[in-house]
Amino acid sequence: MAARVITITSGKGGVGKTTGVANLGVSLALEGNRVIVVDVDIGLRNLDVVMGLENRIVYDVVDVVEGTCRLQQALIRDKRLPELHLLAAAQTRDKTAVSPEQMISLCDELRQICDFVLLDSPAGIERGFQNAIAGAEEAIVMTTPEVAAVRDADRIIGLLEASEKSPPKLIINRIKPDMVRRGDMLATEDVTEVLAIELLGIVPEDDNIIVCTNKGIPIALDGHAGAGVAFHNIAKRILGEDVPLMSLAQEPRLLGRMKRLVGRG
Amino acid sequence: MGFVSKLLTREPRSKDIARQRLQLVLVRDRQSLSPGLMQTIRDEIILAISKHLEVDEDNTKLTLSQSAGHHRLIVDIPLQGRARRA
Repeated sequence: MAARVITITSGKGGVGKTTGVANLGVSLALEGNRVIVVDVDIGLRNLDVVMGLENRIVYDVVDVVEGTCRLQQALIRDKRLPELHLLAAAQTRDKTAVSPEQMISLCDELRQICDFVLLDSPAGIERGFQNAIAGAEEAIVMTTPEVAAVRDADRIIGLLEASEKSPPKLIINRIKPDMVRRGDMLATEDVTEVLAIELLGIVPEDDNIIVCTNKGIPIALDGHAGAGVAFHNIAKRILGEDVPLMSLAQEPRLLGRMKRLVGRG
Repeated sequence: MGFVSKLLTREPRSKDIARQRLQLVLVRDRQSLSPGLMQTIRDEIILAISKHLEVDEDNTKLTLSQSAGHHRLIVDIPLQGRARRA
């Protein structure tokens, strides 16, 4: 009955880990799983805002490990989905407030009461990252198709492989198909060629994510095409389903235009 | 002529430049990140050579060098005793 405990990490900041955790959490819950998402970015709380739960936080992860409250008191139930809970990060402490050993104990407690624990790792490779991976068996590395992000992802993969977790899997986020087509953005193959780990999924750049974060509604709840579908697909793959990768419109431009003229684009 | 050659030569796409730079930077990053690996390689090389020749272990040196985008592992093994001739 013990849950799968998965850390989403990246090395580089700003590639979309928090959005990914929120939406994968929603997607897995929509598939009927009990999910707890944990914000491990102590001092820079964000997962709550992305999920629209910022007003409901009373206790946070530091309160739990310090024994100020019981775990159940700190878990915030997402009212939109009865099987999704958030354990928020502390906002007024920093990464030293929690140790990897404490995270292992916390994850051991969490895994008894749900099907999936998703840990939102902070950027970097120091204590915050160590805290985020300590209690997990699996890791997902998130990157964007840019040189700096892929370089950092490579470093993180090296650290993960040295840490004896399961082989990490890759999500490539914020892909802009037009730019890929024009040759102005690295294609999926360019990234998987150098990182050489299993590709879990790809997510297109989607302006609706900004709108959704504005409203505090994860895009996977909003039923949009694009990024929401991509996250749903990734959740299904996490569950073992074989879902083909989204086709992010690799067809030549002219064909696309003609299709649209004929009303089939 | 200039116009025609402009048509014929294609400017490299920025993603191809990115790809090359990425591959190079990763080769470099990965090499400098295995402190134990160099030692392991050194020990194994010494072991292999010692089967056939007497080797001065303490003065055996391994260096990584890089020039013009090519990376080399240079192994310098002083021999002691009398080298056997085949």
